[in-house]
Amino acid sequence: MERMRRKSQYLFTLLANAYWLFPWKSPIYQGPVKKICFPGLNCHSCPAATMSCPLGALQNLLAALRPGIQMGQLHIGAYVLGSLGLIGSVAGRMPCGWICPFGLLQEWLFLLPVPKISFWRPLKRGPYLFLIVFVVLLPLLVADLSGYGSIWFCKYVCPAGTLEAGIPLLSLDQDLRSAAGRLFAFKLLILILLLTWCVFTSRAFCRAICPLGAVYGLFNRLSWLRLRFHPDRCVQCRACLTVCPAGVSFYNGLDDINSGSCIRCLRCLSICPANAVSLQFSPIRRDISNAPVTDGN
Amino acid sequence: MKRYLPLFTTFAFIALLLLGICFGEVHAVWSKAVTVCLSCMGIG
Repeated sequence: MERMRRKSQYLFTLLANAYWLFPWKSPIYQGPVKKICFPGLNCHSCPAATMSCPLGALQNLLAALRPGIQMGQLHIGAYVLGSLGLIGSVAGRMPCGWICPFGLLQEWLFLLPVPKISFWRPLKRGPYLFLIVFVVLLPLLVADLSGYGSIWFCKYVCPAGTLEAGIPLLSLDQDLRSAAGRLFAFKLLILILLLTWCVFTSRAFCRAICPLGAVYGLFNRLSWLRLRFHPDRCVQCRACLTVCPAGVSFYNGLDDINSGSCIRCLRCLSICPANAVSLQFSPIRRDISNAPVTDGN
Repeated sequence: MKRYLPLFTTFAFIALLLLGICFGEVHAVWSKAVTVCLSCMGIG
């Protein structure tokens, strides 16, 4: 299973970054495939990117909402939210574990043989904060004189943008290099700090910051694909927690097995010696009975 | 009804996706994605 997941990560990373003509032709891909939102975090300004980034696209649509309404255009982000919701409602946060190129990078970094630091659990609310504040509220509410907002998450936080777009494009273009100032230095610092954190803590960016993971995480409990934990079979060996890249501690009841933190890598399913974890794929929840609920009185 | 929530959610988001396509959001997404985003790079 783990080998299959790794192959899937490589395949989707290559598919999302399959335009290798940028040194000779257009600096970024401009074909029709860019109409599709890639389900993982992959900056669409990366010279090799073939698809658009859902977070960047959503922020752009929200930032231009007010002037758009004045011009009679109602672009509320329905296309992007519909794409994310469709994937999330079927697979939950599975794209984080099986598709996302930035997730793959974090897993590579975590393989480096250094002492590891456990994740501080209160930070797991971070992705929701970044989603609400940086992706939705600030682009929507803070506007310039012409009424256009800014793409706050991309501009001030996103390490994928710095790594995949900033560094390659600045390396290729002298004019852009001379335009880079304090903001680029700030973003470079954010990137270095985050990547360093990922060396010591498993999937640190996904768990503390990633707004895309937060969107998918909202669907984990009601997606077609769900994990089931059978406590009666569990032997409390903690193997599931040891291999979990998101630190979901369901064996002892601390977390729900379908909590928003779970990236659906399915390592727990493979490693469990007692078959206490199973996988369910159904548009109808079989774990909820049709019987009327009584209050027991 | 709760049993069918996953199914309803999927249909709701398919409807939202189609709504976005009808409103011309696909072109809006594409037009932003095919230009070099200076903000993403930390320049603009």
